Amino acid sequence: MGKLYNAIFSAGITFVLACLMIGVKLDTDGATLGVTGATPEQWAWIFGGIALVFFSQLFSDQIDAAFRKIPKPQVSHLIPVGDKMTQLKPWLMAGVFVCMVIWPFMVSRGSVDLATLALIYIMLGLGLNIVVGLAGLLDLGYVAFYAVGAYTYALLSQYFGLSFWVCLPISAGMAALFGFILGFPVLRLRGDYLAIVTLGFGEIIRILLNNWTAVTGGPNGISGIAKPTLFGMEFSRKSKEGSTLFHEFFGIDYSSSHKVIFLYLIAVVLVAFVIYVINRLMRMPIGRAWEALREDEIACRSLGLNRTAIKLSAFTIGASTAGFAGSFFAARQGFISPESFTFIESAIILAIVVLGGMGSQIGIILAAIIMTILPELAREFSEYRMLLFGLTMVLMMRWRPQGLVPMKRPVLELK
Amino acid sequence: MSQLLLDVNGLTMQFGGLKAVNNVSLYVKNRQIVSIIGPNGAGKTTVFNCLSGFYIPTAGSVMFKGNDIAGLKDFEISRQGLVRTFQHVRLFSNMTVIENMLVAQHRHLNTSLLSGLFKTPSYRRLEQEAMERAVYWLKEVDLLDSANRESGNLSYGQQRRLEIARCMVTQPELLMLDEPAAGLNPNETKELDELIIKLRDEHEISILLIEHDMGLVMGISDHIYVIAQGTPLADGNADEIKNNPDVIKAYLGES
Ligand SMILES: Nc1ncnc2c1ncn2[C@@H]1O[C@H](COP(=O)(O)OP(=O)(O)O)[C@@H](O)[C@H]1O
Ligand SMILES: [Mg+2]
Repeated sequence: MGKLYNAIFSAGITFVLACLMIGVKLDTDGATLGVTGATPEQWAWIFGGIALVFFSQLFSDQIDAAFRKIPKPQVSHLIPVGDKMTQLKPWLMAGVFVCMVIWPFMVSRGSVDLATLALIYIMLGLGLNIVVGLAGLLDLGYVAFYAVGAYTYALLSQYFGLSFWVCLPISAGMAALFGFILGFPVLRLRGDYLAIVTLGFGEIIRILLNNWTAVTGGPNGISGIAKPTLFGMEFSRKSKEGSTLFHEFFGIDYSSSHKVIFLYLIAVVLVAFVIYVINRLMRMPIGRAWEALREDEIACRSLGLNRTAIKLSAFTIGASTAGFAGSFFAARQGFISPESFTFIESAIILAIVVLGGMGSQIGIILAAIIMTILPELAREFSEYRMLLFGLTMVLMMRWRPQGLVPMKRPVLELK
Repeated sequence: MSQLLLDVNGLTMQFGGLKAVNNVSLYVKNRQIVSIIGPNGAGKTTVFNCLSGFYIPTAGSVMFKGNDIAGLKDFEISRQGLVRTFQHVRLFSNMTVIENMLVAQHRHLNTSLLSGLFKTPSYRRLEQEAMERAVYWLKEVDLLDSANRESGNLSYGQQRRLEIARCMVTQPELLMLDEPAAGLNPNETKELDELIIKLRDEHEISILLIEHDMGLVMGISDHIYVIAQGTPLADGNADEIKNNPDVIKAYLGES
């Protein structure tokens, strides 16, 4: 009975929403505004959709059971445990790193470029994971810190001619500062309230960048941002004023793929750095405090843990990672505008964290790769990108709510 | 007479129209076990919440080691050496026993981020010391064998003991226990009894105890306060309380 009620209710909501969004359209006809209904074909689709919602709600138990039957990859069995792992780990890491470095020389420029993008999302996912997965704070405006990092580098480079390598730590620091300033008043809020405030903050930053035309160039953005250099060597065909060029220095022919590969390698190094730092943090007192705070805030308070300071540290470190990624993003694109930092970016990064399995680094890396490569593979569906995105989330939550690779904490052992 | 460790005067806590705690005064000296008893809903836990900074008392003063701590934040109070447990066990149940003990020492381990990232010698030394303190207290409560177990998988009695060890590792001067014997079997209660006495006699701390187990309370308390409906009813040593007609009436009237 409850099922039937639920199904009717959901179908009703679908009907109302579909009628409003697809069923009627406003058309400007000269100076008059006319209302046109949907075509019969569209109505057929709408009713098909409503029927789908109705039946999937009605038979949700059976559907859930079917989902549960789909085998789940048991990744944890593949990972050796205990002593064997500690022996293997350095070799494994070194192997992965070497592959990552050799791989770009064997594939096309486009693939390397896509891989660089994936690495940026890995960085963002890992950073947001500190805030959401480890400290349990829902941040819906993470893209704001990404924007701060990107604009910090773009502006410093444009106005003061500072190089990428100088700006990288400055951008991270700037994003951290913004995280700190926002976090200080906001982290007293819990759960949903925090999510709303951070969502608002993300929008404020984007609107600020959009309207502060004198400094940020407004909607036109900033173009011609300098690319990173290798010990002062540039990767362009012709040097500007007497700076050394990479291909001249090494006496090889100019190739535009050098630059792409160089950017990719920087991204690899940055990601490796971020992974190292996060791994250390998780094993440090601060990492344990995040975990403890997520489990039982009241117990933490009674033991003398300052919860505001601990949450603030997670928020700030997460923000600085986004700043890192942001300045690299600006350097790679050479052009940024507020368009690149809309809410949908925050949503994608959050989806990476949730799909990957909150707190799990391997899961997040996998999810980030999937989320960047899938849209490329499914180019012809690009109109339905958001729809597919939503569908993937729903299916994942039904099939494996804990994410691709559920988190395994590094457990401290007493010897 | 030595200075009072805890000196509470006229403590009042009002929730809307309800005076959950009404003008309660109590004193704890160094190396004393002091108990608060009273029927359910009398306001005992609320007293603890006021003392430990979880609630800000409506009125009254709370002096700890000569400083007024009423109105300080919860974590500031516990850093001064006044630490509590809860009526319901509050462990970090997904973490191991030893990790629970390390979280409790967070502020002793609070080194700079950089020294932790690079594992500097001073960081390693602090971590080593924290580990040694944790091991010491796990031994004291007989949980060393379970150090690497997930704390949520311990038996109820072990969880209670871990909670006390986790408080002790913060090096408090006053330990406040909220119904530590609730749910324990007679054997475990006896061990708890011995542990509390050991804490006072060997580790020289004071204990403020809320407990319903009269055998335990009467056996170990140096002083007992009785409150009913938020209001102080009587205080004195075990014999005085046992023979106080008001107390007998309050307890018989309740049950
Ligand atoms: N936060 C609160 N808001 C409103 N009433 C409360 C609150 N905390 C406790 N009380 C009330 O205070 C009274 C005393 O509760 P409590 O201190 O838990 O009693 P005890 O621990 O002695 O059993 C109860 O009537 C309870 O409902
Ligand atoms: Mg109580």
